[in-house]
Amino acid sequence: MEAFGLLAYGFSVLLTWKILALMMVGLVLGIFVGVLPGLGGPNGVAILLPLTFTMDPTSAIVMLSCIYWGALFGGAITSILFNIPGEAWSVATTFDGYPMAQQGRAAEALTAAFTSSFIGSLVAVLLITFLAPGIASFALKFGPPEFFAVYLLTFCSFVGLGREEKHKTIISMALGLLLTGVGMDTVSGQLRMTFGSSDLLRGINFLVAVIGLFGISEILLTMEERLALRGHAASISLRVVLKVWKEMPRYWVTLLRSSAIGCWLGITPGGAIAASFMGYNLAKRFSKDKDSFGKGRIEGVFAPETAAHASGTAALLPMLALGIPGSGTAAILLGGLMVWGLNPGPLLFVEHKGFVWGLIASMYLGNVVGLVLVLTTVPLFAAVLRVPFSAIAPMIVVSCAIGAYAIQNAMFDIWLMLLFGVVGYVFKKIGIPLAPFTLALVLGNRAEDSFRLSMIGAQGDMRVFWSNGLVGSITTLALILLFWPLIGGAIGRMRSALVKTTT
Amino acid sequence: MPKPDAEIVVEDPAAPASDSPAVTTSRTVDVAVSLLLFAFAGLLAFDNWRTGMGWDSTGPQAGYFPFYLSVILAGACLYGIGKEFLARKAAAETFVTRDQLRRVLQVFVPTLLFCLLMQWLGLYAASFLLVAGFMAVIGRIAAWKSLLTAFLFVLAMFVTFDIAFDVIMPKGPLESLFGR
Repeated sequence: MEAFGLLAYGFSVLLTWKILALMMVGLVLGIFVGVLPGLGGPNGVAILLPLTFTMDPTSAIVMLSCIYWGALFGGAITSILFNIPGEAWSVATTFDGYPMAQQGRAAEALTAAFTSSFIGSLVAVLLITFLAPGIASFALKFGPPEFFAVYLLTFCSFVGLGREEKHKTIISMALGLLLTGVGMDTVSGQLRMTFGSSDLLRGINFLVAVIGLFGISEILLTMEERLALRGHAASISLRVVLKVWKEMPRYWVTLLRSSAIGCWLGITPGGAIAASFMGYNLAKRFSKDKDSFGKGRIEGVFAPETAAHASGTAALLPMLALGIPGSGTAAILLGGLMVWGLNPGPLLFVEHKGFVWGLIASMYLGNVVGLVLVLTTVPLFAAVLRVPFSAIAPMIVVSCAIGAYAIQNAMFDIWLMLLFGVVGYVFKKIGIPLAPFTLALVLGNRAEDSFRLSMIGAQGDMRVFWSNGLVGSITTLALILLFWPLIGGAIGRMRSALVKTTT
Repeated sequence: MPKPDAEIVVEDPAAPASDSPAVTTSRTVDVAVSLLLFAFAGLLAFDNWRTGMGWDSTGPQAGYFPFYLSVILAGACLYGIGKEFLARKAAAETFVTRDQLRRVLQVFVPTLLFCLLMQWLGLYAASFLLVAGFMAVIGRIAAWKSLLTAFLFVLAMFVTFDIAFDVIMPKGPLESLFGR
């Protein structure tokens, strides 16, 4: 298998002291970020991104992705010990994890969570290892119309499959796409939507927006809530770890099912949060003993954690192979790629082999090291919560400001960050989802370019999007997904009408 | 028999009261935001129309893509506003209570001041003031603890970014005093 050779090459890129050290730093920072209230995966990655600006791309992505794994692990700590989900996808972990902690089985629950997260990501990484190169080499044949169709599919699936109100998803997406258009037009060189401002000439930087949307707004939201917490301190002994691991194979069906759900939803844009709930609910539905769920059943920790990590990891597959992120955090990592001067997309596998395979190898290694690290250091990280929020909040603000300024060395960006902070706060409170906004901001320019290039190639004939089987089926699929709520409703009505006439 | 683990307890005496009166409802904000975005969409549509939103010999003009996006944005906003007006019976959800707003402003106003001060004092000095001030005044943490934490934090930031990673930040008179 070619993938093994390339993976081995990836490990050889990775195994230098410098990168291993960065990996540890990333994991520790990530767990820290996952445990702290008001910070999570996307925020953590966004805030810590400026640290990597002066690194070479491989070191940078290894460190950032380790921050991401760390944050995923860290989210489980607060869910189980304090009943505070650090992330939306940790919510399902609290259902059974917290009751377990209350019964004095915190160590068991934590071990279960960490181990199942590890298994979930492992399955997803295996998928990436063997699938991504194939998809990328297939995508090398794509022209502008195909790429536009894939972007369209991404956007439409957000609208059609998202759980939020449809018009709010559209508002968020359209606004994001519009903001990417500000500044110099890449095709004609004309200025657009700058209103004579020289600061807007540069355009609105994606990362500045993300730091505001996720970092600043999250602090405002956290402050609103009661910050008191009461929970359990726990340390994990080797005996408990071995006990849980011995028990684990019994739940292989749950683990496998959750991994599959996670991988599928992770690749589909907008599905990362749904994965953990779906994993949990399906485990409950197929269980013989439904009532014991929610009362501290270990399977109730296995199921959502496996799915959440599988989807979090699988979200990187479309990002690597096609340049389309499957989640908010993946979108930020993609933004990072551009800062380091890499061009995301299928060419990455050809032009930057060391980078891609280093990243994939780091997913394996990062998860193993992360698992050992969290299992041994839980008490330390749980104690981080004792630090008062009034000390953490200003430090986060400072880190956000450093991040926003560092990108283009512009004071204007600091003000933009503040503005996006307020926008993010208001949007979250009235239910306008931020993930489509992020996705639109990072993909907007390339979506527009591919549209215009296809139009130039086809002399303005829209039929170019149905000109061959491949592009035609992607475009059609996109439109079906866009109107899925209407189509699904119609099918449902037809079915019930049929049932009525036959009975 | 596993013995119950030790507890970690963190209190929050200044927490917002749950019965604090609402400042405004989610629906009011929803409609206000929709109207604002509608106006914004109108402005952008006008600007793109001026840039050129049609086709020329080379394909779509620079304003084509954003023009239609602003139309979509405006449409989605109108739909949202219409929906809110038709569904007027739904229970009004609180957007923010007075206590919550007070807490949010407690973070937002210092952040705003921090950004303003940064322009004259530089980032590091402004950070020191923000962290120390926030901890002492809003967190009610002892002055020496606040000052020490702020100093150590700013020092760590300076060493990380300015010395180790060469990331340039806005600087003020204090840094030039030390010749950095």
